[in-house]
Amino acid sequence: MCKDCGCSGDAQGHEHAHVHDGHTHSHGHTHGGDHTHEHPHPHPHAVPAVAEARTVSVQQKILSRNDEQAERNRAWLSEHGVVAVNLISSPGSGKTYLLERTLEGLRGKVACAVITGDQRTDNDARRLQGKGAPVRQIETINSCHLDAEQVGRLLPEVAGGGVKLLFIENVGNLVCPSAFDLGENFKIALLSTTEGEDKPVKYPTLFSTAPVAVLTKMDLVPHLDWNAAACRAALRQVRPGVFIFELSAKTGLGMDAWLDYLVKLTE
Amino acid sequence: MHELSIAVALVEQVETVVAKERASRAAKVMIAVGVLSGVEPEALQGAFPLVAEGTAAAGAELVIEKVLARVRCLACGQESPTDIYFMGCAKCGSRNVELMAGRELHIQSVELMTDER
Repeated sequence: MCKDCGCSGDAQGHEHAHVHDGHTHSHGHTHGGDHTHEHPHPHPHAVPAVAEARTVSVQQKILSRNDEQAERNRAWLSEHGVVAVNLISSPGSGKTYLLERTLEGLRGKVACAVITGDQRTDNDARRLQGKGAPVRQIETINSCHLDAEQVGRLLPEVAGGGVKLLFIENVGNLVCPSAFDLGENFKIALLSTTEGEDKPVKYPTLFSTAPVAVLTKMDLVPHLDWNAAACRAALRQVRPGVFIFELSAKTGLGMDAWLDYLVKLTE
Repeated sequence: MHELSIAVALVEQVETVVAKERASRAAKVMIAVGVLSGVEPEALQGAFPLVAEGTAAAGAELVIEKVLARVRCLACGQESPTDIYFMGCAKCGSRNVELMAGRELHIQSVELMTDER
């Protein structure tokens, strides 16, 4: 908004008349971009050295630099025919193990690739090697999330050669990664049965953002006081309409439906 | 603690505004943070001055407006505030809703100081 006249101020130019040193003049200006103006006439009086305060409206996303890179990643992925999913969960919910089994299950059916993030070590990348998919590890060191720039740098080498499905395994963390768009098609939240059924309500930021949720370690249910209906209800409380998978990567329970779904994503 | 990354991005943007507007420094930075943005306002308040030190945003006051979640009901069309722990339409109770507000993480305005020379 124009601070002088309160007009909505898009790219339309207009003028404001005002007074300088006793004479009235006006400047035309537009609100579309930068402008500076100068008054070449000398001031006849001494100007006291005071600071002048003014407020400018900015209206920008704080993470606009990340978001712009995420859009470039998204464009690259779309141009190369790659579907990308951003897997987010607590540490230890079984992301890497699910990916191991998923790569095995999709081998020869869908060309997959993985970008995996951890604070330290390339343990996850090593676990995922040798399953027919290119894998790259990002060590975030002190950062609790992946960002669009880290992912963008790796895209051509990891997802370039005919890859159809890219898994981005985010740093294990339920809060921070959900704020950073990586350019993925959508986020998938994982939740293991040992974490308790009310986790979606405790961490609504992630679970409200993910249209797909995967309940992992279902083989442990007989040993736990875990209620599937309560967990599904908690997921739907924060994300009505969420698509839920229930599986065990260890026993293979529910894996067929998950793999079928992934195949369909790429068709 | 991604609030530190957020603070770094925020200070970078404030510095850009200061340079673009040919001001000397920022005195106040006003931002909007949604309840579903994943950003903890207090942690961001803590991180901001540390990151701002030595930049054009040094000493600037950070004013955070918290934005509550709002949904638009896909059943009755009503837009209403919602509980983020139980998203639904305040009018008809439908759970078939679309999130309209609550994920904001925006700079709204910057108060600039220009030292006259």
